[in-house]
Amino acid sequence: MELNCKHVWAHISDYIDDTVTAELRADIERHLEHCEICSAILDSTRNILVLTADDRTFELPVGFSKRLHERLALVLADEADAPTLK
Amino acid sequence: MKSGEATAAEARDEAGLIARILAGEKELFHELIRPYERMVYMTVFAIVRNETDAEDGAQDAMVNAYRHLGKFRGESKFSTWLATSAMNEGRQKLRKLKRAKEDSLDEPVQGEEQEITPAPLTDWREIPLEALERKELREALRGAVAELPGIYRQIFTFRDLDGMNVAETAVALGINENMVKVRLHRARMMLQKRLVPFLKTTAPARKGFWGRMPWS
Repeated sequence: MELNCKHVWAHISDYIDDTVTAELRADIERHLEHCEICSAILDSTRNILVLTADDRTFELPVGFSKRLHERLALVLADEADAPTLK
Repeated sequence: MKSGEATAAEARDEAGLIARILAGEKELFHELIRPYERMVYMTVFAIVRNETDAEDGAQDAMVNAYRHLGKFRGESKFSTWLATSAMNEGRQKLRKLKRAKEDSLDEPVQGEEQEITPAPLTDWREIPLEALERKELREALRGAVAELPGIYRQIFTFRDLDGMNVAETAVALGINENMVKVRLHRARMMLQKRLVPFLKTTAPARKGFWGRMPWS
């Protein structure tokens, strides 16, 4: 099936997550072969996800883990704080 | 909680760890939560949107998870249970901060049915590595995510930042999987649109290019 740009945009997210049918994937790829606008939109969206997954983009505060485990150690040491079974 | 870590988490027998903690080996709780520190922090951060409150909330969520560990029945993955706990902690914190009215996660967002169209660009594809190394782009992305409406920020954080799958995200948020996909798509398109100006600075000027946009 011949897709137009708007059809492709509607499926960009599912295409990236590989949750489109094989048939739709083939249709999208046929469109991408000749449409530089949609190709650029797809690539830019993908790159946003690459950048998001990069730990340098969304960083934990320095010392976060140390402070967390120090607090947990205090809680764990307190018998009154033992996990309840209900 | 990237997929690789999740697999490792399953391999280390979390159910067994939890049983031992409940039986008295409390110190193992440190080990249980180690793979999820980042996920819990980011989940709370997505709600409260500042580092200090996010850290406090993440610590509280972990402490509460310890205290209520006996309530975990294994119907969902431990990580999903923890994500829900973190989200609740974040919401509670937000209410305390009296900012709930500004940006409620529970209220429907106006115009949710409206179509969001991505923005055109040509340069990113041509210099992807350079672009991704730019510090200001990272800052712009952080800002753009922070500005997303709450429901979209939460979905985006669970799926694309924490690496949770669609089913886990649906369970954590109490919505169906299709809604997760729809909202994630919208969140990603909003970010794409928002970030294009940061990429256009080096876009090649191409005569006639804008004139043949499909929506113009």
